[in-house]
Amino acid sequence: MSPIEGTLLQLNSVAGAFWEIVALTFRVTGTATLISAALGIPAGALLGLSKFAGRRFIVTSIYTGMGLPPVVVGLAVYLTLSRSGPLGVMEWLFTPWAMVVAQVIISFPLVAGLTMTAIEALDPDLRLQLRSLGAGRRQEVAAMLGEAREGVVAAVVAGFGGIISEVGAAMLVGGNIESQTRVLSTAIVLETRRGFFGLALGLGGALLGMAFMVNFIFLRLQGRGRWPVR
Amino acid sequence: MNKSQVRGVLLCTVGLLLASCAAPEGQVLRLATTTSTYDSGLLNDILPAFEAEYGVRVDVVAVGTGQALALGRRGDADVILVHAASKEQAFVEEGYGLARFPVMFNDFILVGPPEDPAKIGGVEQAAEALARIAAAAAPFASRGDDSGTYARERALWQAAGLQPDSEAGWYLSLGQGMAATLQFADEAGAYTLTDRGTFMAQRAQLEHLELMVGGGSISENADRALMNPYSVIPVNPAGNGGVQADLAQKFIDWLLSLDTQKRIAVFGIDQFGQPLFFPDSERWRSTRP
Repeated sequence: MSPIEGTLLQLNSVAGAFWEIVALTFRVTGTATLISAALGIPAGALLGLSKFAGRRFIVTSIYTGMGLPPVVVGLAVYLTLSRSGPLGVMEWLFTPWAMVVAQVIISFPLVAGLTMTAIEALDPDLRLQLRSLGAGRRQEVAAMLGEAREGVVAAVVAGFGGIISEVGAAMLVGGNIESQTRVLSTAIVLETRRGFFGLALGLGGALLGMAFMVNFIFLRLQGRGRWPVR
Repeated sequence: MNKSQVRGVLLCTVGLLLASCAAPEGQVLRLATTTSTYDSGLLNDILPAFEAEYGVRVDVVAVGTGQALALGRRGDADVILVHAASKEQAFVEEGYGLARFPVMFNDFILVGPPEDPAKIGGVEQAAEALARIAAAAAPFASRGDDSGTYARERALWQAAGLQPDSEAGWYLSLGQGMAATLQFADEAGAYTLTDRGTFMAQRAQLEHLELMVGGGSISENADRALMNPYSVIPVNPAGNGGVQADLAQKFIDWLLSLDTQKRIAVFGIDQFGQPLFFPDSERWRSTRP
């Protein structure tokens, strides 16, 4: 059997599974991106707009977190969610939730750190202007985020990109279980391991296509109109 | 996009994500196993019958033997299917597993470049072939991980009275899976020890590797030290409330039953012209002359 025949044979058998894998990838990484954005944007704004004791330590930790090896995050999440671990009773190990947890930990520092940088890059006079116009604290933060929206969207895009292709943690805490926790990145590893290189490449193409589409939508969000400011 | 559009998109996305992440229902058996049983397609071939008969779902986590046993130790798997006799024995003796049951076996072979610089083609005993490789200082690619294949490789070196390590220059410890190691050997013109199933499944991609020791099929393999038995082990539920011991036992009874053993015996014939695994349960052996 030639490699091409092998690939076709495999393609046939996985055609149904393919969309399932794409959908799960979208769900897991989408949920994780939303959570990281919901936590990371406010955290980044807080760090970018205020001065307090320990801020430098937190900022250094967040920058360090950007370089965390995903496998280490995966291992820590595994040990925590294991039946012998402190949160074992939740029965999250080898479910999509475990993958979401790991991905949030990986992407949060990216979103928070880059949001902070975007806010800090704004003209300091803007803040004074807003205050002199009588903006409250919340209005001020919303307006600053709106002004820095290109950077904030870039922060979310970076967080998304960091986890959609991530494989070490997803493999470890998800287990790459067929129909349950198999996402594009872990499926690529599986097919490579089995020697179906053509199929692995095809799945890689699908992953790229998906990332491209999501980024396309993000960029429209970045470029069109103003960020909603009350 | 205006404000309400953005809000609408976000709400829809959140709703969609939450709806789709709902927890699954029903009984689930978690099987931790080595990549060889899963990647060959064997489990996907036989498991649906068990799932249908008992109305359960089997979640297969395919990892290295070392990691599979670690999952069992922490109670994160209900049942384990691996191939590393000494590690299995320790696992059971330490109380993590209840017992070991033989399931099936396949065999290991030595493969290498057609030029065969160490002249091992036709040698029958693996230890003898390894000694020749060492004497010729021909490149040898080792898994170098925690796999059953690596454990066997080290045992074979020991049988040859050798303990090669990376200092030797020709001994290359990769720390990679079987497919990656074969691929490396193919590119680097190195010898390596592989299970026959993975080699056959990958053969089309391995143009520069030839079978050297082990014969054309398992029945032609003259070296008993190359046999590769797989055992199934139920994880000890004591100390781990979540472990599904009853279901694990049902699974084991089913795996060792004649019907399942017959399926194992014919798996792979369509694709490779010979079976990849040979049934070996007690029940199966009792029906053989």
